[in-house]
Amino acid sequence: MTLDDILASLFPGGHEIRHDDGIIAGSATLRSGGKVLVIGIANRTALGVDEAIRLSGHLLDSIDKGSGPILVLVDSDSQRMSKRDELLGLNEFLAHLAKVLIHADMRGRPTIGLLYGHSAAGALLATGLATRVLVGLPGAEPAVMDLPSMAKVTKLSMAALEEKAKSTPVFAPGLSNLEQMGAVHMTWSDAVSLAEQLEALLGDMPAVQDRRGALGKERGGRLKAADIAERVRDLALQIR
Amino acid sequence: MIAPIKDIVQAERARNTSFNEASARTRLALLLDGGSLVEFIGPEAREVSPHLKTFDLPEQYDDGIIVGHGRLEGAPVFVAAQEGRFMGGAFGEVHGAKLTGLLHAARRIGSIPVLILFDTGGVRLQEANAGELAIAEIMRAMIEARAAGVKVIGLIGGRSGCYGGGGLIAGCCSALAVSEPGRIAVSGPEVIETNRGVEEFDSRDRALVWRTMGGKHRRLLGAADVFADDTVQDFREAALELLELLGPVGTFGLDRLKAEHERLAERLRRFGRCEDAVDIWTAEGVAHAATVPELPADQFIALANRIGRTSRDAR
Repeated sequence: MTLDDILASLFPGGHEIRHDDGIIAGSATLRSGGKVLVIGIANRTALGVDEAIRLSGHLLDSIDKGSGPILVLVDSDSQRMSKRDELLGLNEFLAHLAKVLIHADMRGRPTIGLLYGHSAAGALLATGLATRVLVGLPGAEPAVMDLPSMAKVTKLSMAALEEKAKSTPVFAPGLSNLEQMGAVHMTWSDAVSLAEQLEALLGDMPAVQDRRGALGKERGGRLKAADIAERVRDLALQIR
Repeated sequence: MIAPIKDIVQAERARNTSFNEASARTRLALLLDGGSLVEFIGPEAREVSPHLKTFDLPEQYDDGIIVGHGRLEGAPVFVAAQEGRFMGGAFGEVHGAKLTGLLHAARRIGSIPVLILFDTGGVRLQEANAGELAIAEIMRAMIEARAAGVKVIGLIGGRSGCYGGGGLIAGCCSALAVSEPGRIAVSGPEVIETNRGVEEFDSRDRALVWRTMGGKHRRLLGAADVFADDTVQDFREAALELLELLGPVGTFGLDRLKAEHERLAERLRRFGRCEDAVDIWTAEGVAHAATVPELPADQFIALANRIGRTSRDAR
């Protein structure tokens, strides 16, 4: 689905969402009458310092003026890989955007990520993975790193990586692999109105707590993470 | 009061030990009060990565991170230390989950600060999805802990630096201390060169790497509040200094995020057109900016305290 298709299906009553230079910002009204704050990154745009500050700026301008949910649309490249971005402290800009999203979610503005295209690495951490519920659309292509780059870093052949990718969801790119890990909560259908699916989710939002460890365990993608975290927490609480 | 002999001996050892070259265990042993470390799920538990076998790679019994509780000048602290010599200190499923669990406990208690000794290349690619998600969970847990009043301090001076998702986690800390060899960035030099070409970034130009990503630049820019010389004792003193500096800083919240936004936006306005770190330092008013990389630690600290920005009330 294109971004315009997605916005039309999400907000059949119309919306005030602009996108330019790959940055999505605006708001829309739900059929229930409530307002949704919308940000996002489109057209497989890289997330650099300039993009990140625009997105966090839009959130901070609007965050204390309403009470509705926040929707984060994602079709990005990786973080922008450049000397300038690193010189200016890209890690702080990406962390800042993630912090604003996490803080908003904790303070009564439930956050939903909608991954409809590509995303990778630092860009995914600062957007979709900083929301309470990350939804995938069919055809979304998240990756931590593409296989050719991975082959370079791990010094394994592409053939070997492709073979392992079939049986090992823990490292291979793809929506279903991230769903199995617990990173993606659910995949929506592109054959049904997105407005209906969004309203169904909003009517049944999970509580404000990170459920991704539990989901990963239930789905068999991360069998150890939730238990290790819980054991460390319990041991640490006994120290008092 | 005169310090007991064993404390003097420990401080002397810490002063003579390079933080950069020491193992994670040595760093913790010398950073904390002597003998105070209590480790959670240590190597004896043999909780190894379930994924490295697939790639015929060796495992480590602690999965490259130590998490626990200790004391700093008698006061309780939670600690996490990454071992940069195992898989580049990268975040995998077990490695990351230990830090997440520690932050969950810190949030519940509220009053015990967390020290994180970063030493990481980012996500462990052999378990990339689990590692990426672990980083997202750590960021969430850290913000939740900070909102509950917990101080989280990052100490960065390891061989693997603090790259990839590690850089984002560092960006979520309450404050950072960094040494000259500590590098903080998202994309590593080789990754930029591979993707964008050697004209964009020559990863073999070590001077370029240090002045773009290294500790001195991060301190002058205000990304880190304290610059430490490369000894474990200096990092111990930096951690104590940061705990004190953070004392008057209130709890994390919307005002702080707005202040951070202003701080970062101003950085873009002032330095967005600079082509090199030397241009930024010059714009900051450093005389003979090109000589900054050669300044000894004490002279650099004096300069940074005079000119460098701070960020602890705006992050």
